[in-house]
Amino acid sequence: MTRQNPILRVENITKSFGGEPILKGVNLSLGKGEIKILIGPSGGGKSTFLQCMNCLISPDSGKYWLEEKPVDITSKKVLYHYRQQVGMIFQDFNLFDHLTALDNVTLALRKVKGMDKKAAARRAMTELSQVGLEDKIRLYPAELSGGQKQRVAIARALAMDPKVLLLDEPTSALDPDLTGEVIDVIRNLAKKGMTMVMATHQISLIRTLADEILFMEAGFVVEQGSPKALLVPGTRSQGFCDKLNSLSGEGPE
Amino acid sequence: MISPFFQELLEALNRGLIMSMALILPSAAGGVLVGIMAGCLRAFGDTFFRKICDTYAAIFRGTPLVVQLFILYFGLPNIGIYLTPYAAAVTGFILCSGAYQSEYVRGALLAIKRNQYLGAQALGLTKFQSIFWIIVPQAMRKALPGCGNEVIYLIKYSSLAYIVTFMELTGEGKTLATEYFRFTEVFAVIGLYYLALVSMAIFVLKKIEKTLHIPGFGKG
Repeated sequence: MTRQNPILRVENITKSFGGEPILKGVNLSLGKGEIKILIGPSGGGKSTFLQCMNCLISPDSGKYWLEEKPVDITSKKVLYHYRQQVGMIFQDFNLFDHLTALDNVTLALRKVKGMDKKAAARRAMTELSQVGLEDKIRLYPAELSGGQKQRVAIARALAMDPKVLLLDEPTSALDPDLTGEVIDVIRNLAKKGMTMVMATHQISLIRTLADEILFMEAGFVVEQGSPKALLVPGTRSQGFCDKLNSLSGEGPE
Repeated sequence: MISPFFQELLEALNRGLIMSMALILPSAAGGVLVGIMAGCLRAFGDTFFRKICDTYAAIFRGTPLVVQLFILYFGLPNIGIYLTPYAAAVTGFILCSGAYQSEYVRGALLAIKRNQYLGAQALGLTKFQSIFWIIVPQAMRKALPGCGNEVIYLIKYSSLAYIVTFMELTGEGKTLATEYFRFTEVFAVIGLYYLALVSMAIFVLKKIEKTLHIPGFGKG
C-alpha cells in the first residue's frame, strides 16, 4: 500500500559528535498517514535521528527524499523549503518567549510563507482553537502551563501545513497531570491522518498509535515492526515497554 | 535679581547644553546602532567579521577616549582627512560607545537559549530571520540595562569634546571659570546640569524598559 509511495524517506543517516558515533546508518521510509514511533534507551540516538531528519543537526552522511524527490540538503534554499514541510515538536516546546501564543504561530506564516497579518492571524486562530487555546492567544509563554505551551507549539507547527510531523518526546518535560491534554491533541492528529514520527516513552501512545515501532539502541535500529509483531514476550521492545510500565505504574491495556 | 556673573554663566551654560545635546543624541543613537551590529557579528558572524569586530572592540575599549579623539581630530589631517571638531567628537563617541555597547549586546545574544533558534529553524526561517526576529528582540530587552548604563556614561564623557575645541557644556563653563577665576561655582553648576541630563536619561530609559516589558523577562 503506502509503502510504495513514501512521503518521506531517509537513508543511511550517520552522525558522530566529537568522534563518538551516535547514529550508525539509520533508514526510515514513511508512507502517507503512517505513524512510526521511536523507542529505546536514552542515548540510543532517537533525538539525534529526529533532529537529523530535518537537518537541525546536519548529518555526516545521509540521503533524503520528500515525495520521492531527492532533497539536496547542502543547498540552504532547498533546506529552508524542506523544513517548512517537515514540522517539528520539541521536548522543551521551544516557543518564542517574547511573543504571545498568537504571534508564536503567526511569525513563520508571515516571515516564511509571506502571508499578510490578517490572514496569518486567521490561520493561527484556527490552529489554536484546534488545540483548545482560543482563549489564551494573548498570553506569553511565561504565562502558560507546560501542557498549554506544547499545544501552542503543535499549533505553530501545524499552521505551516507540514507533510510530516516529527515529535521529540513531546510529553517528557510535562508534569504527569498535564500529559493528558497533549496526548489528546496528538491522538486527534493521528485520527486526521497526520503522518508522524515520534520518539516517546508514553506507553499508551506506543501501543495504540504506532503503525510501526522502531527500537533504537547504540545508533542502530535494532528492532522494527508493528506493535502486534514486536510487543510480544521475548523482544527487546516488549522488555523496554515492561520496564516503562513498571516505572509509570500503568497497567497493560 | 540674579548677579551679572551668574546671568552670563547661565547663558553660556545653556548655549553649551544645546551643543552637548547635539553631541549626545546622535552619539547615543549611533553607538547603540554600531553596538547592535558589532555585537551581532561578534556573536553570530563568520570568523572573518567576528575577528574584525573583536579587534574593533578591543582597540576602542582598550585605549583612552582622549587618545581616540586626538587621533581623529589632530592625527587624521596627516593622511588628508579633516574633520570638524563636531564631526571628530561625534565619530569618536559613536565608535567608543559602540565598542562598549557591542559587549552588552553580545552577552545578551549569547544568553538567549539556543532551543528557540532551533524552533525558528524548524519552521523554515533562515539563519538571518531566526536571529533578527527571535534572538535580537529578546537580547535587546536583556541588554537594555547595560546599554542604558553606557548612554549615561556617554552623557558624561561627552564633556571631552571640548579638548578637540568643540564648545559644549564643560567647555563653555571652563572658559568662563578661567576668565573670572571662579571655579567652584562654575563647576558646581556644571555638575548640576549633568545631573539633570542624566536624570532625564534615566527617566527615558525606565520608560523604554516599561514599554518593552514582556511577562517572563526581568521582574514580574
